[in-house]
Amino acid sequence: MESIKDKVAIVGMGCTRFGERWDMGVEDLLVEAAYEAFEDAGIQPKDIQAAWLGTVFSGVTAITMSPLGLQYIPMTRVENMCATGSEAIRAASYAIAAGACDIALAIGVEKLKDSGQTGVKGPAIVGDNPDGTSGIGSGFSAPASFAYLATRYFHHYGLEPEYGKRLLAEIAVKNHYNGSLNPKAHFHNRLTVEQAMRAPIVAWPLGLYDCCGVSDGAAAAVLVKADMAKDFRADPIYIKALAITVGARQGTMRQDYDYVHIEENVRVARMAYGEAGIQDPRKEIGMAEVHDCFTCHELILYEDLGFSARGKARDDIETGTFTLTGELPVNTDGGLKCFGHPLGASGLRMMYEVYKQLQAKAGPRQVKNPRLGLTHNLGGNPGMGIASCVVLGNE
Amino acid sequence: MAGITSFGTYIPMYRLDREEIGRMWGMRVAGGEKAVAGYDEDTVTMAVDAARDSLRRHGTKPDGLYLATTTAPYKEKQHAAIIGAVLDLGRRALTVDINNSLRSGTTALMTALDAVKASSATELMVVASDCRMGAPRGRFEQLVGDGAAALTVGCHDPIAEVDEGFSLHSDFTDVWRKEGEHFLRAGEGRFIEEVGYMPIMQEAISELMKAGGLTPKDFARIVFYAHDPKQHADLARKLGFEAWQVQDPLFAKIGNTGTAAVLLMLVAALEEAQPGHRILVAGYGDGVDCFILRVTDNIAKINHAPLMQERINRKRNIDYATYLSWRDLIPFEASSLPERAEPSLASRWRERKTIASLSGVKCRKCGTPQIHPIGQNVRICVACQARDEFDPYTFADKRGTLFTYAVDQLQPTKNPPGLNGVIDFEDGGRFVCELTDYDLSTVKIGMPVEMTFRKLSAGKGIVNYFWKAKPLAE
Repeated sequence: MESIKDKVAIVGMGCTRFGERWDMGVEDLLVEAAYEAFEDAGIQPKDIQAAWLGTVFSGVTAITMSPLGLQYIPMTRVENMCATGSEAIRAASYAIAAGACDIALAIGVEKLKDSGQTGVKGPAIVGDNPDGTSGIGSGFSAPASFAYLATRYFHHYGLEPEYGKRLLAEIAVKNHYNGSLNPKAHFHNRLTVEQAMRAPIVAWPLGLYDCCGVSDGAAAAVLVKADMAKDFRADPIYIKALAITVGARQGTMRQDYDYVHIEENVRVARMAYGEAGIQDPRKEIGMAEVHDCFTCHELILYEDLGFSARGKARDDIETGTFTLTGELPVNTDGGLKCFGHPLGASGLRMMYEVYKQLQAKAGPRQVKNPRLGLTHNLGGNPGMGIASCVVLGNE
Repeated sequence: MAGITSFGTYIPMYRLDREEIGRMWGMRVAGGEKAVAGYDEDTVTMAVDAARDSLRRHGTKPDGLYLATTTAPYKEKQHAAIIGAVLDLGRRALTVDINNSLRSGTTALMTALDAVKASSATELMVVASDCRMGAPRGRFEQLVGDGAAALTVGCHDPIAEVDEGFSLHSDFTDVWRKEGEHFLRAGEGRFIEEVGYMPIMQEAISELMKAGGLTPKDFARIVFYAHDPKQHADLARKLGFEAWQVQDPLFAKIGNTGTAAVLLMLVAALEEAQPGHRILVAGYGDGVDCFILRVTDNIAKINHAPLMQERINRKRNIDYATYLSWRDLIPFEASSLPERAEPSLASRWRERKTIASLSGVKCRKCGTPQIHPIGQNVRICVACQARDEFDPYTFADKRGTLFTYAVDQLQPTKNPPGLNGVIDFEDGGRFVCELTDYDLSTVKIGMPVEMTFRKLSAGKGIVNYFWKAKPLAE
């Protein structure tokens, strides 16, 4: 089995402002993201040889992509729950590595706000069987599905509820600070720990600020064969690893799953580090964008991704390890916390930040000399899901 | 000789204090409290619980099941068949709904006894369950309560034999509901009492005693229906029974439980009965069903625990606003969360075993019990990946512990916030489901739970029955 490492490069990226984009339809978001990526790559739309669209709820290939005006090229819509944006880049990368095309577009979009509803719809979230539900699934919300994790984590490690909640608040405060420095983020407000802790409870211990928002957005990448990359720009970003793992619902059906980690996360990180040749993620990875749909998930991700030792994430939170100026900055752009989670766009939005950071173009959020950056998504919920991990590098 | 072979009861844990009703409407009240079915309970779920209680005392699965009620959730569709599926009765089991009359409970019992006497069945189960409603601020609102009772009848080792019995019918209109009406209607009180209830009950009970050559002093207990406490006391006095002989009609503790009332009282009488005791039973409604029971030595052999009194004592009071919302008596602002997909009847048919009796599978290779949380068919073992090598395995009667839980402020439920749990069963297997009948302040990891048959959110006009976990009764 060959590694994808250094076979494909990103030479252009685009990302819309995320938020409640009442002013923009799916077509506007796609055009805005794609044309920023074309311009960044210094190419014309006609140079794109194939495209992959990532979206879960916002359309099907031909209808959704036609407003972009690409002329008679192969296109495919892909879906991989919350990792759908990452799946688009994965599909495009493998096609390039296989020699099926040399220049490809990976674009992800989701327009959640037009529904007029709160939260994300669909079987992927409430857990119903997509092909005809019997209606017997517990109808809990996405925050509740992650509250299982927080409740058990506090119990498992003997954390007092107030202390546990404070740890989660620290994560929200960090991500909101980062988001305040990012004009593309949905939320720009800074928080205090007290504000985060006192916010209305959604699913104990998760309060309003422990949950990511619901937003519209799109992001896009132009990918090329690695050996062509320097023809496009001096600072291309190389794909070092593309990993995905899908569970078989072991967590919700087997008593040996502990609800203080997510096995899909652990496996996908192992797979990605192997492909990228990373021995010590904490030392080698310069910054990471991880799936902070809920703060308790970012907490356990520190452990699942090998940034912190098991049960020790709290020590690293307390010492500021994951802040912009810390040892391993996480969610430097504000994360899902400040961008919301338009499912098809999120993975690509994360890569947009890693891409800019590795090019040292992240402005006030720039971290010191990152060489490798990581993105991570989790779809589904603890015990039942899919995880993705992408490692990018500037060398 | 034919008789009663087992009994079970179900009384929902919620109580509405009549003082609370009085506070709401600024009126005088009778005192005491009424039992209120939870937001996820109805006639069928209460009947299931009573039936399971009976089966726990006496494990033989009956050859058939008769459900008596005036509050059937479906206008067309048999409820006894739903309960039969939950109890996993045999394919040839006879299921019958006996509806509409207040005496349906006693009628079902006498009809079942006839079938057993005629040897067309060895043992039959009769369940009476009711959830009647009085209109807000009316007299029935205070009076009626919710509950269910189950009795099995058979010829082998009955705990009480049936000696004499008969029925009278009467087209007397005292209490009624027409199609599409939710609330009880009734004629004028003294009219009912003087022309309807008193004469026919006196006639029937006197004739019954006369036929057996018995007088009131020959009975350890008399168990009979009355609409309210005054009517009950008046009839007992007119018949010449002493207060100690009269079975508590439970008005003060749970209210008038309709078709279930006489059967619940009868169970309470049997719990205290000694061999040789005679019990006179009379059900009322559109006539009278009456019979005499003689308690046998077998009464000592049946497991009495838990006593009905324990169920009555295990309670939690709710306020009037909660009662209104649980009974759909006031509209609420709709949730802004996305609606869930409508249930598919085909999918429900495929998953019927899981839905009815919480059936999963056990792997023949590695022994892992498993059940899918959204009902997908388990084809590949979640532990060892063996394909299609399973034996059926039922989780409904397994106890479990709460491994972790989530309190959900967003969950669409009539009883917010929602509480959901990851349940680890005692003999293996894990399930994720809603919890019910809990006290949120005492919910904790490691809490022992048991499974109970309830209603989930409705969809496509069907009643979506499924299983939830509830804290194990101490």
